[in-house]
Amino acid sequence: MSRIDFDVAHLLAGSLVLISFLELYQDRLYALLNIYALHALTLAASVAWQAFVQDAPHLYVTATIALGFKAIVIPVALHRIIVRLGIHREIEKVVGAGSTMLAGMGLVALSMVVMLRVTPGADPLAREDLAFALSVVLLGLLMMVTRRNAVSQVVGFMSLENGLVLAATGAKGMPLVVEISVAFSVLIAFIVIGIFLFRIRERFDTVDVQALDSFRGERR
Amino acid sequence: MTFDALTGVLAIPAAAAALLATLPDYRATARLNIVATTLTLVCALSLFVVRPLPGPYLLIDDLNATFIVLTTFVGFTTSVFSASYIGHELATGRLTPPFVRFYHAMYQVLMFAMNLALIANNIGLMWVAIEMATLTTVLMVGIYRTHEALEAAWKYFILGSVGIALALFGTILVYMAARPVVGEGLDAMVWTVLVKRAGAFDPALLNVAFVFLLLGYGTKVGLAPLHAWLPDAHAEGPTPISAVLSGLLLNVALYALLRFKMLLAVNEGALAPGPLMVTLGLISLVFAAFMLYRRRDIKRLFAYSSIEHMGIITFAFGMGGPLANFAGLLHMTMHSLTKSAIFFAVGHIAQVKGTQRIADMGGLTETHPTLGWGLILGVVAIAGLPPLGIFMSEFLVVSSTFARAPALAIILVFGLLVALAGLFLRLNSIAFGEPRGPSAEAEASYVPMFAHLGLVLTAGIYMPPAVVAWFQNVAGLLG
Repeated sequence: MSRIDFDVAHLLAGSLVLISFLELYQDRLYALLNIYALHALTLAASVAWQAFVQDAPHLYVTATIALGFKAIVIPVALHRIIVRLGIHREIEKVVGAGSTMLAGMGLVALSMVVMLRVTPGADPLAREDLAFALSVVLLGLLMMVTRRNAVSQVVGFMSLENGLVLAATGAKGMPLVVEISVAFSVLIAFIVIGIFLFRIRERFDTVDVQALDSFRGERR
Repeated sequence: MTFDALTGVLAIPAAAAALLATLPDYRATARLNIVATTLTLVCALSLFVVRPLPGPYLLIDDLNATFIVLTTFVGFTTSVFSASYIGHELATGRLTPPFVRFYHAMYQVLMFAMNLALIANNIGLMWVAIEMATLTTVLMVGIYRTHEALEAAWKYFILGSVGIALALFGTILVYMAARPVVGEGLDAMVWTVLVKRAGAFDPALLNVAFVFLLLGYGTKVGLAPLHAWLPDAHAEGPTPISAVLSGLLLNVALYALLRFKMLLAVNEGALAPGPLMVTLGLISLVFAAFMLYRRRDIKRLFAYSSIEHMGIITFAFGMGGPLANFAGLLHMTMHSLTKSAIFFAVGHIAQVKGTQRIADMGGLTETHPTLGWGLILGVVAIAGLPPLGIFMSEFLVVSSTFARAPALAIILVFGLLVALAGLFLRLNSIAFGEPRGPSAEAEASYVPMFAHLGLVLTAGIYMPPAVVAWFQNVAGLLG
């Protein structure tokens, strides 16, 4: 593998981690959605690059899904949903942006330590992709636990899922990647439709998940 | 493509789902649902006789034959129960005909997904099937569209999605471990190939992979502390779905975990998965046992009991060895049968009482003797009292543990006793005393419930040698 192949893949995967950090401290929903679109766009570029480097044309399908579905359709749909729900002006208090960032850094360090140590034999590209992918997955999880708004939790889940696609495309020659990315897109579509159709706002009066905590099935 | 039994267990539910989605009449669809599950059961049973060879996607061996027969059997009995349950829901207007049509189609999709997960030879395909099963159950849990149901569905959705996302990461890592040995492409995800060559895989990578798989599929098994979705999902969905969730879907996730455990067992350098599973199993058991005490909702009570029993089963498989595996398999079978029987009873009880609150139930043995005594029999079975089947399997788990790790056995017995007391405390107020709360005539189908309990009772008194030999054989496979 030539030097430039590796460097570009490295750059794209690294940017994905950085953009995950950007998502962590966004307190406006619009801004968060825009950053997520950027996340998906970077993923699409990364997957397309992998398809080119590995000479695996089927990965272009995954890249197209990432570009069309995740970078365009989903953010646009979520934009419209939050306008309909009337929460687009809402400012979400991110619990301790500083400490969240520190925790995120800790998680990235952890995934580097874990993945680089257990994969000394693997080829360097796959190895670093995997370490970056785990970082993105963990940052997505972190976002899901620190946010209280259902929409930002979904964004957290979607960026987590981007990390998984990064890992799957980085693992050279992995079968079923396209099928898995389609399966995930279906899952995400369900989530988004779920927010809309079930009209969480209407039922719960708020998309603030903390309000749901009143229900434990025990206090009726 | 030639038609064999393996295609049958997939094609029948798939075709039935398509058909059920289009047919409007409730009675016809309920019957068709039963017919489809019967045919699937027949196909599954035929796997004992004629068995197709494994391909790159599908596989049948003694291990998953056991699971698939259990799944299709409970799927069949639940469809019988579901016919009368859903009839009542329609009559009371809790469900409208379009939702019933949707429900029946989803029921078959769920059967398809579970069967596919069980017979998949490809770890990627297995993951897709488990994801599909999760999605269908999410839709079913939210079907009543009440505040609580939507919330339960949402919680289940988010937690389940995170779980399967972690499982996918584990699956990718397994592929990464296999690639240098097996080579690129499809073969590196085929389980039969993996298990033959796993000895040469990089142990460190395999270890990390297993941790992710354990967390991911463990969420779906409902192991504490990853269980938060389970009680809500059980309590708010239609009761047939609670029965299928508890009796089957948890097993399917556990089956996935067992397949990967077998993979690790082949590799000498990899960590022993046993202690991890033992720990999670014991935590689930003790935690759920204490949680039984303050339940006020009857379905949540039995959902926690499911967590407790999945804990015992995971513990037994984690201990490993022929005896503990045998006990684990037996316990899994008995738990599936008993817990679905209990949910059959609970479903009708909630219908005649018009509520799931334990405080509004009482004196069931007086007002509805058949349901009341059915529930008592079920609870006696699930609490592990002799002479029913669960007593035997729990006894085997405990005695095999005492021989190898007495300290663990003490925790195990402690958890079992706490759970037993908790269950009977609640049962007492439900079944005996002055009749309380509203009460309606029962239009129940008792056959599925008593069929299950009859099987559990028979297994407790006399196990045919052929069945014992079969379970011993499967336990040997699990290593």
